[in-house]
Amino acid sequence: MGTGKYKTMQECAKAIKLSGAEIVTVAVRRVNITDKKKPLLMDYIDPKKITYLPNTAGCFNSKEALRTLRLAREIGGWKLVKLEVLGDKKNLFPEMIETLKSTEILTKEGFKVMVYCNDDPLMAKRLENSGACAIMPLAAPIGSGLGIINKVNIKIIRKQTKLPLIIDAGLGQASDAAIAMELGCDGVLVNTAIAKAKRPFQMALAFKNAVIAGRQSYLSGRIKKTLYGSQSSPKLGII
Amino acid sequence: MKKKIKIKLNGKMRAINHNSTLFNIVKKNKIPLTKVAVELNQEIVNKKKIKSIKLKNNDKIEIVHFIGGG
Repeated sequence: MGTGKYKTMQECAKAIKLSGAEIVTVAVRRVNITDKKKPLLMDYIDPKKITYLPNTAGCFNSKEALRTLRLAREIGGWKLVKLEVLGDKKNLFPEMIETLKSTEILTKEGFKVMVYCNDDPLMAKRLENSGACAIMPLAAPIGSGLGIINKVNIKIIRKQTKLPLIIDAGLGQASDAAIAMELGCDGVLVNTAIAKAKRPFQMALAFKNAVIAGRQSYLSGRIKKTLYGSQSSPKLGII
Repeated sequence: MKKKIKIKLNGKMRAINHNSTLFNIVKKNKIPLTKVAVELNQEIVNKKKIKSIKLKNNDKIEIVHFIGGG
C-alpha cells in the first residue's frame, strides 16, 4: 500500500492494518527543520513490523532517482526499493529509457529493484534482463482510478516472467484488484483508491478481500467461455 | 565576536559559527540521526563520522527522512 494522501498518520496506519498489506511505499523528503513537532511516519508505522519500500515518486530522471534511493538506503539500510521515474507531469507515465538505465545501475550497486513500468511486455522483458526483482506495470495513470486498461498485456507479461508481478497505479475499486489477481498477478499496490475513498477503512478491507478472492479464483481454474448457454439442471426426469 | 560562515541547510541559508561540525548542526536542530540520511554537497555522509566533519563556507547540507508517499 502507498502511504500518501491520507488525512492523518493515524488514518493511514489503521487503513494499512485493515488491508493486511505487508509492504508500504514511502517517499524520501527533507526533514522539517523549523517545525520539529511534526509527526514522523516511523512513529505510526513500525518498520520492524511492516516492510518499508522507499520509492522515487516525483523523480523525473535517472540522476534524481539514484540520489533518492542511495539516501533511502542510508536512512535504514533498506536494499529493497521501488524505482519510479516519471516522464510527463500530466499523465505521470513512466519514462522507460531512464527507468531501464536506473535499474541497471541500482542492480549493480546491490539494490533489489522493484520497477514501476508501462504495461509493455517488451519493456518488462528488458527490465527483467537488467536485474529487476519485480515488475510493476501500471493499470492506468497514477491516481486515475480507471482500473486495468490493458488486460491482454498484463496477461502476456504474466506468461513471460517468473518474477513477482504487481499492478502499480490506477486502480479505483476493490474489483480492480480482484481482476489483477485473476490475471495472475502476485499483488497490487494501492494508494489513492483507499486514501481518497469516502470511507478509507471500509475500502482497505474491501481491497484485502478482493485480493484474496482474485487469487483463489485464479488458482481455481475457471470454466471456458462459450457463446451459447448450457443448462445447470439435468434433462433426465423432466416432467 | 565569533567568526561566522554561511551554509545552506535543507535549502535555507544559515549563519553558523566558524569551526562548527556537521554533528553540531544535527544536535542543535534535534535531528534523530537513526531516522535520517545526511548529504553534504551532494555526497552521502557516513553518520558515524559526522563529529569529525568541519563545515566550510557555502556548504550545502540536506537531511532527509521517510514520509508518506505512493
